[in-house]
Amino acid sequence: MTGTFVGMPAFPAAAHEALGNAQLRHNLAHATGTIRAKRQRLVDEVTLSLEGNSDWEALRLAGAGVKESALVDLATHLERLEEALTANGATVHWARDAAEANAIVVAIAKRHRVDEVVKVKSMVTQEIDLNRALEAEGIAAWETDLAELIVQLGDDLPSHILVPAIHRNRAEIREIFLARMAAVGRPAPDDLSDEPAVLAAAARAHLREKFLRAKVGVSGANFAVADTGTLVVVESEGNGRMCLTLPEVLVSVVGIEKVVPTWSGLDPLLRLLPRSSTGERMNPYTSTWSGITPGDGPQEVHVVLLDNGRTRALADDVGRQALRCIRCSACLNVCPVYERTGGHAYGSVYPGPIGAILNPLLRGVGHDDQVDSLPYASSLCGACFEACPVRIDIPSVLVDQRAKVVDAHRGGVPKAEALAFRGAAVALSDSRRLGLGERLTGLGLKVGRRFGASKWTSARDLPAAPPESFRQWWKRTDGGRS
Amino acid sequence: MRVALMVTCINDALYPGTGQAVVTLLRRLGVDVEFPESQTCCAQPMVNTGYLDEAVPVVRNFVDTFAGYDAVVTPSGSCAGCARHQHSIVARRAGDASLAATVEETAPKVHELSEFLVDVLGVTDVGAYYPHTVTYHPTCHSLRMLGVGDRPLRLLRHVRGLTLCELPDAEQCCGFGGTFAVKNADTSVAMGADKVRHVRGTGAEVLAAGDNSCLTHIGGLLTRQQSGVRAVHLAEILAATEDGER
Repeated sequence: MTGTFVGMPAFPAAAHEALGNAQLRHNLAHATGTIRAKRQRLVDEVTLSLEGNSDWEALRLAGAGVKESALVDLATHLERLEEALTANGATVHWARDAAEANAIVVAIAKRHRVDEVVKVKSMVTQEIDLNRALEAEGIAAWETDLAELIVQLGDDLPSHILVPAIHRNRAEIREIFLARMAAVGRPAPDDLSDEPAVLAAAARAHLREKFLRAKVGVSGANFAVADTGTLVVVESEGNGRMCLTLPEVLVSVVGIEKVVPTWSGLDPLLRLLPRSSTGERMNPYTSTWSGITPGDGPQEVHVVLLDNGRTRALADDVGRQALRCIRCSACLNVCPVYERTGGHAYGSVYPGPIGAILNPLLRGVGHDDQVDSLPYASSLCGACFEACPVRIDIPSVLVDQRAKVVDAHRGGVPKAEALAFRGAAVALSDSRRLGLGERLTGLGLKVGRRFGASKWTSARDLPAAPPESFRQWWKRTDGGRS
Repeated sequence: MRVALMVTCINDALYPGTGQAVVTLLRRLGVDVEFPESQTCCAQPMVNTGYLDEAVPVVRNFVDTFAGYDAVVTPSGSCAGCARHQHSIVARRAGDASLAATVEETAPKVHELSEFLVDVLGVTDVGAYYPHTVTYHPTCHSLRMLGVGDRPLRLLRHVRGLTLCELPDAEQCCGFGGTFAVKNADTSVAMGADKVRHVRGTGAEVLAAGDNSCLTHIGGLLTRQQSGVRAVHLAEILAATEDGER
């Protein structure tokens, strides 16, 4: 009961469709505007703090530093993590890709002969499409995060990292609960209103039955501390903690970039994350567990360490910084493109500016038009870099990924665009070759036509060409002196 | 101090008035600005579309043209941003150590107009007179790549006769984004539509900015709507005096 991003069109076509949805535009502008304002208040509060050195820029540098220190020697930290987890009674699995990770989780669920698992909100299990893999084996995967539940019940796709149902308003959520809850468990009450508290109460009653029944819980992790073998999940609702503590068996799928060398490394990250994501000083629930605690919580704990393109990203000199990402969504909320197209247009569980670099980095460019379109889904305004709590220079990575897309297509039959830029390079490398300044106008128009000038003029006027270029004026008037 | 004007390819071809305004303004402030005619383009269209190999000869021409000057002034935050922060990427791509060295030497000498006026010349009152109601859009690259901050506003506040209106959501991108404007034309126009709505809401008769590329986009939307709002480059406002608008 989940949709799929497989077969999504390239960004411009997907965006065209999304832009025509007035309800979506309104929901997104309202939601991102609200979160942006909340975040800004809390960032300013840190910036203005008079206590010691705790200003926001110092915090960003510290957070980026912790993640960088892990990435610079990733193999060592991962081996330490495995060692510590194993010593704490957990079973560590390594998965090269989505198929391997899914097979591991399916096998564990089958060994326990369950037909359902409860899930903590997790991006990585969305990335590998775990729910579908479990369903194929007759195992229902219940999303327990409120927004993920809305997406799942609506047979929909997530459109935001933090608030995956951001494209829905509460009237739509009420409709989904009334129409869909009954088929998969406790129905929504007949008198359900669209009050947030009433909707949350309906979800609570629906989910509680699942928490109490499930024998296997599945999670991701926000952080994995190498030296103590501790996984960390940060959340708002407490539903994650239910999944982490009630089932007998817990399986956590963790991207290898989630490793943090030491416990103290969590300090800046746990301060940056809630401020950047929900716009809170501190998130309501932070759960940590280090393998098995006898008599308390799950007595069988598995950790699946997943690559799925991360080592490919790590090998990219410019792009590797994207692995610092702590999935806060600040870049989505400040992005003027995301605000208007929403997340589905990016064709991935990772939308927005971070998705526009992460997807090509994880999957490679040059073999899928949809992936190749993502680095271009940005005006390079730089608002994302400004907001990123771990200082990922997203615009620079976007430009670098664009170069990689272009390079991947060199050697074949050149596109009109490539020919236009080749011609421009020759013309612009020497003003004499360019001839006279006025030819610039002609060149611009030629490039414009190659791109399709109608794409400009369908909504915008073009300026009238001036009677003479600047350089003609300069020559004619001796720089305005005569 | 030898100062060169990097007029930019778009101003050379489409907005000669902006280049002329910079010349007028700088002469009034005592700077004998030169226009090296070998200049063409900063290479940003190539760099930002991913055509790095194609950018190499353009960057080479740029540094060959400007390396000998003490300062390069340009009426574009975006082109200055490219020269300061992206030419090094192109030089690395070329694998040419001497190009890299020249780029490293030239890049810091490139100033966007408001930076040059405020930081290099140390003036905020340039003696301009412009009796119009103006709202100012801070372009993304001037704001975030260069960090020009409130320099343009400080300059505008000193213009006699000028009434400045605050632009709501000023720091949000207008949607131009270079080739983004055609590759993702629908999204670009959607972003521009909101910018235009805010501009019109201010009641200003003139929209000012430091980049004619962004102004071509916003201005193209404004004229298509017959809005009665003119898009004018910051340089043309600062060059205007009681003797005329140039």
